[in-house]
Amino acid sequence: MDLVIPKIDALSLCPEIVLSITAMLVLLVTVYLPKGRKDPAAYVGLLGIFIALVSLTLLWGKPRYAFNNMIMVDNFSIFFNMVILVTAALSILMSITYLKEEGMSHGEFYALILFSAVGMMFMTAGANLITIFLGLETMSISIYVLAGFLRDSNRSNESALKYLLLGAFSSAFLLYGIAFIYGATGTTDLKGISEFLSRATYMKDPMLLAGMGLLLVGFGFKIATVPFHMWTPDVYEGAPTSVTAFMSVGVKAAVFAAFLRVFSHALWDLQPDWNQLLWILAVLTMTLGNVVAIAQTNIKRMLAYSSIAHAGYIMVGMIASNELGTSSILFYMLAYAFTNLGAFGVVILFGRKGEGNLDIEDYSGMGFKYPVLGLLMAVFLFSLAGIPPTAGFVGKFYIFGAAVKAGYIWLAIIGVMNSLVSVYYYLRVTVMMYMKDPVEDLEGLHWSPSMIVALIIAVAGTLLIGIFPSPYLDLAKQSVLHLM
Amino acid sequence: MIPLSYYLVLSAILFTIGVVGVLVRRNAIMIFMAIELMLNAVNLSFVAIGKHLDSLDGQVFVFFVMAVAAAEVAVGLAIIVNLSRNKETINVDEINIMKW
Repeated sequence: MDLVIPKIDALSLCPEIVLSITAMLVLLVTVYLPKGRKDPAAYVGLLGIFIALVSLTLLWGKPRYAFNNMIMVDNFSIFFNMVILVTAALSILMSITYLKEEGMSHGEFYALILFSAVGMMFMTAGANLITIFLGLETMSISIYVLAGFLRDSNRSNESALKYLLLGAFSSAFLLYGIAFIYGATGTTDLKGISEFLSRATYMKDPMLLAGMGLLLVGFGFKIATVPFHMWTPDVYEGAPTSVTAFMSVGVKAAVFAAFLRVFSHALWDLQPDWNQLLWILAVLTMTLGNVVAIAQTNIKRMLAYSSIAHAGYIMVGMIASNELGTSSILFYMLAYAFTNLGAFGVVILFGRKGEGNLDIEDYSGMGFKYPVLGLLMAVFLFSLAGIPPTAGFVGKFYIFGAAVKAGYIWLAIIGVMNSLVSVYYYLRVTVMMYMKDPVEDLEGLHWSPSMIVALIIAVAGTLLIGIFPSPYLDLAKQSVLHLM
Repeated sequence: MIPLSYYLVLSAILFTIGVVGVLVRRNAIMIFMAIELMLNAVNLSFVAIGKHLDSLDGQVFVFFVMAVAAAEVAVGLAIIVNLSRNKETINVDEINIMKW
């Protein structure tokens, strides 16, 4: 038992540090801003995200451990961190007018988004189960608050309570899993665990297997795999729409990064054991998400079930567990980020204060009344459904391609069949927009500059990645090259 | 000296009580307390395993878990208080606007 003071390598954590300082700065700035006019706080946040992005690119290509092997800064974590930062930036841009309309324009909102982004970044960079757990909790606690941010709305409150109780419940499972893994291997260090397992002779240690199962439950809760998905539709429906957008992409990206690092790296020697489990979970997740989404009438709820289904597709890439599979997950995450944020952006823009215009019925005739908005929504929905030439198509193509290459032909077939089912409910919205007459007179939309910028970035990302996928795929491939 | 397995069994029992509490109780505060029980059961495991392996990791982890649990309680109670102001109930069966 000896304590070593680790070398302080602040440079490796530059993006996280910048982001944390920005978040505190936002809290300070917001105090001096007049009530209801908190926009500058958002711009401070965006500036911080931009600096963090720049400093991330400077770390690219130099994989290293930092802080006594607690943090791993490699291309893998940098890629995910970029997705997370873009998600945070777009969510902030989409929130500015939305919060004003809801009468809840507070600077703390932006600070919480930044804090949870910091948590996510620590998760992706975690090289030790302690770091991953702390990152997960930093992220989750901020998001509990964000989900209940509209504090006078019963739905928002309900969403926050459900997320809090089930989220804390699931982190207890995750933690118990970590304790078991620690007990079985004697370390919480990912590299140490993988080294222990590669030389261990008694692979079927029940404590280790129980730990793996509990970790699977903990991660599964956060990425909303069936049967741990119960909270998702309720929380996504009740939370403020911009928070739903942030959650559906950011949390998934961060948890999948940690999931991959722990399972495909530390617990690699148990791969035959967890692969079977994941196979079943992926099929259940895809099928249930898609089938139940068909029956939804609320667009946020429909997108929630669709995000469950997308978690299932991403798990297919994990099951393939070859290099193509891992890089296709990264690519898919990037494509999904732009697409899903864009779709939620349209929902925010079209929505009215409170619960207005959130039913799929409300979208009837929208395509003629607002041609641009209708077109944008159609692009995002096509991308979610996986129709070329959008990012969603290329992402699905690579994921299922990786599964076929790894010999999981049935899994790929089930995945493609699920995609076909999903086309039905995505196209239903498009049909509403273009083939039905408006039910009621649609009022004028409030096109705010920040929202326009966010939607342009989202649609540009969706189409660019869809039409010229190769540079992004190369980037994803480089990211998994040095995965340690 | 008490063997490690005793601690682990006690911790498993406490964890199970916590899980059952979460599933059975209908009062949000009670559910929250059951979750705390689960976290503390895990803490017991960490401390016992850390002592058994003669490694500090487990002991340090417990500090982090306690800090996280405290933060979670602060946020959680705020959310519950806010909910009880709006709805005048913290019975989770009555918190059911959204259902599929």
